[in-house]
Amino acid sequence: MTTPLLKVRDLNVRIPTPGGLLHAVRGVNFDLMPGEVLGLVGESGSGKSVTLRSLIRLHRPPIGMTGTVEYGGQNLLNASESKLRDVRGGQISMIFQEPMSALNPVLTVGEQIRENLLEHKGLRGKAAQDRATELLDLTGIPSPKARLSDYPHQFSGGMRQRAMIAIALASDPQLLLADEPTTALDVTIQDQILRLLLRLREELHMSVILVTHDLGVVAQTCDRVAVMYGGRLVETAGVNDLFHAPKHAYTLGLMRSLPGAGEHRQPLQPIPGGPPDLRSLPPGCPFAPRCEYVTDECRGTEPPLLEVAPERFSACVHYTELPALKSTLEEVNA
Amino acid sequence: MHASYVIRRLLQIIPTFLAVMLVVFLLVRLLPGDPASAILGDRATAEIVERTNRELGLDKPLPVQFGVFVRNFLQGDLGDSISLKIPVIRLIGERLPTTLFLTVYAAVLGVLMAVPLAVLAAVRRNTWVDALIRAVFQVGLSLPVFYVALQLLSLLGARLGWFPIGGYGEGFGGHLYHLFLPALTLGLNLAAILVRTLRNSIIEVLTAEYVDFARAKGLRSRVIMTRHVLRNALIATVTLLGLNIGALIGGAVITETVFAIPGVGRLMVDAIFGRDYPVIQGLTLTFAIIVSLVFLITDLIHARLDPRAELT
Amino acid sequence: MTTMHSPALEAPARPRRRWPKPTLLIGLALLLVLIFAALFPRVLAPFSPTDFDYEALLKGPSAKHPFGTDNFGRDVLSRVIYGTRVDMQIAIFTTLFPFIFGTLLGALTGYLGRWSDAIVGRIADLVVVFPFLVLVIAIVAVLGPGLTNMYIAVSAVGWVSYWRLTRGEVMNQKKAEYAQAGKVLGYSPSRILLRHLLPNAVTPAIVYLMTDMSLGILLGASLGYLGLGAQPPTPEWGVMVADGKNFMATAWWISTFPGLALTLAGVTFSLIGDGLADALRPRA
Repeated sequence: MTTPLLKVRDLNVRIPTPGGLLHAVRGVNFDLMPGEVLGLVGESGSGKSVTLRSLIRLHRPPIGMTGTVEYGGQNLLNASESKLRDVRGGQISMIFQEPMSALNPVLTVGEQIRENLLEHKGLRGKAAQDRATELLDLTGIPSPKARLSDYPHQFSGGMRQRAMIAIALASDPQLLLADEPTTALDVTIQDQILRLLLRLREELHMSVILVTHDLGVVAQTCDRVAVMYGGRLVETAGVNDLFHAPKHAYTLGLMRSLPGAGEHRQPLQPIPGGPPDLRSLPPGCPFAPRCEYVTDECRGTEPPLLEVAPERFSACVHYTELPALKSTLEEVNA
Repeated sequence: MHASYVIRRLLQIIPTFLAVMLVVFLLVRLLPGDPASAILGDRATAEIVERTNRELGLDKPLPVQFGVFVRNFLQGDLGDSISLKIPVIRLIGERLPTTLFLTVYAAVLGVLMAVPLAVLAAVRRNTWVDALIRAVFQVGLSLPVFYVALQLLSLLGARLGWFPIGGYGEGFGGHLYHLFLPALTLGLNLAAILVRTLRNSIIEVLTAEYVDFARAKGLRSRVIMTRHVLRNALIATVTLLGLNIGALIGGAVITETVFAIPGVGRLMVDAIFGRDYPVIQGLTLTFAIIVSLVFLITDLIHARLDPRAELT
Repeated sequence: MTTMHSPALEAPARPRRRWPKPTLLIGLALLLVLIFAALFPRVLAPFSPTDFDYEALLKGPSAKHPFGTDNFGRDVLSRVIYGTRVDMQIAIFTTLFPFIFGTLLGALTGYLGRWSDAIVGRIADLVVVFPFLVLVIAIVAVLGPGLTNMYIAVSAVGWVSYWRLTRGEVMNQKKAEYAQAGKVLGYSPSRILLRHLLPNAVTPAIVYLMTDMSLGILLGASLGYLGLGAQPPTPEWGVMVADGKNFMATAWWISTFPGLALTLAGVTFSLIGDGLADALRPRA
């Protein structure tokens, strides 16, 4: 078996807020294999984006991070600043949800690619210019050479996201962290960007961690899925297994809230209630107040994430009682 | 920056100038009674008043008078000072450089104080350092310019004798030395106006997602600070500075009076007490033209620094 | 699936903490002191503000005269206390008319839009080209020195900020659902404007009113100092600073205490302005 590219162990993130300490990520563990596309799924406020940002220690004080993020034999959470800088952008790149706010409005797209090439590849002048053109071309931006001297606001939404991907790819990263990269885009553009990410993954042999709240995106792109709820991973599984037979009541709820297709079309069933307040969690399973399978057992202590089947982990007391779903991946994709 | 933008912006200033001239022209017509007797004072005989009215063209209809006013202005004629009996344009020409020196000097001092402190407050936001800087400048904002001027003059000028207590001095070095206290007074006032807004816009830049993206790219903090943060903060500074040119000029009027500096600000106050209406008129016009030119320059610099500016 | 955003999680680097609340309370407490001094100066002041005492000329601070006496032997403390009334009056009258006029005009042009808005906008652009103090003293020069003419001058210039704030707010509110609902219900435009839009749109103008009061006091005192505002022997703080300017070396207290009073009044209004802005700002 190959060794994981990234090993996350007992990751905790605490955010001080006026209303108390917000324990946004609570003991998250997972491995990422080389070349794998892992989906990190959950509602807003589940801690998925916070988790993603912790992987390259992007949070700033007073936000606190503990645990280990092992990459290349090193814990990134306590690596030196210079080592971290080499990893950031050099080996692990990140793209954001809103390209308009993530791209600096007063620098041309070319400048923003070139500063990456200089930092990590030592490229400057003509060589940097050529490589930047290549990168824009690679991400499917027409007449790339001319567009290098354009500013972000001169690009359309989809083109901006492509430009951001080009910047992220400048240093040939091994891992791309993508924080809801398609949420801000139209459906058709979304599709193009996802296809682009998959193509680049193949061509450049990258791993990808994709944070999204959209199960459709997961079905289209991911190999494996980790579902987050209340700052914890509640289920991890291969994408097919997850969609056929969820092993956590929350995942099941998510599936049911998806619009089905074809003969299995059924009324949407949104999950009642809202996400838990991470400043004051009740004991037991954080999903219990919204769960239709809830029993007293759920309210006692918080169920740990256990291996319930080969390569499948769940933190649900009642995983055996959950029904399999008739819907298939193809239908979700349709 | 496109040439068309510059030209369009330059053309926009023409109607502004015309409107400014109209306001200034009408201002003196607000005088109770007829202008000539106001100019000449109570002791003038009816005959002299009538002659003056004729000489100044005040017997003609207002639109005609305004036409003459604009024509004279274009020929560089703003009338003659009543008390000093010399052309207003010459008077302003002699005194304006002093005021410009003072305001630029003050702007430099103000920016040198405001920018580092605003950056410090922004970086250490919500700590005691930030609270202290903000509290000091909040008080500073409430300190009247004439009061600060008077206290600095009496303490650093008269009592300690470190700086001259008035005048303009000889040569560039002399100007710098003589105008230090007045420029410091004005600079402090400007810094008080700038610090708070600047701090907020720097915080906005520091917490902007593009800064996080720059960090995620593995750039050095120095590169992030200079290329990503300061450049955006500079845009805010230039804009704020331009917006506050009016306050700076108003401050100069007061400061020049307190420090007895022979600039146009003091000239304005003297003219008011001397009821020297042509001078008041000419100065008000000059100040308004300076402000609109500064607005223009600010816009152009802004367009140069911020590629988005031309869209609006 | 919900697309609701949790700001605390999505933008964790942006702290939600605000300037501590006590500032508003301190500001209000100071304001009460100022109002009391303005209404009942007799109760607080040990002497008359205008009586000369040739036995006590230019005396430094003492138990009898805590702020000393001036060159006419007048008690500086008493003059500072009586000055509160004049300067509070300045704070009110330099802002009240611009506030009323600017706010109503802003509501009107913001609601009507089109040409009325364009015309007022042009005038506003024109007014801001003149340095505030320069235009005010030019108008005062024409009308003659004194407080009333100063109020007229300030009103002619000061409405612009209120107009801008209210106009922008009304334009936003106009799009809001309740205004549209009012239209559907067939309310008259004046009722929609005065009963529904204006009360909601006036908040920024009220917040600015406080800041503007501190600016108004500074302006009034500056004009007083220059001899264009309140006239001696009125106990106005700016006039008093000017009274003492020739005695800075020998009797610093004559100018220093009125200046401190001015600063205190300015701080009071800006603290309240900040506090109000904080309290009234819509929560995200």
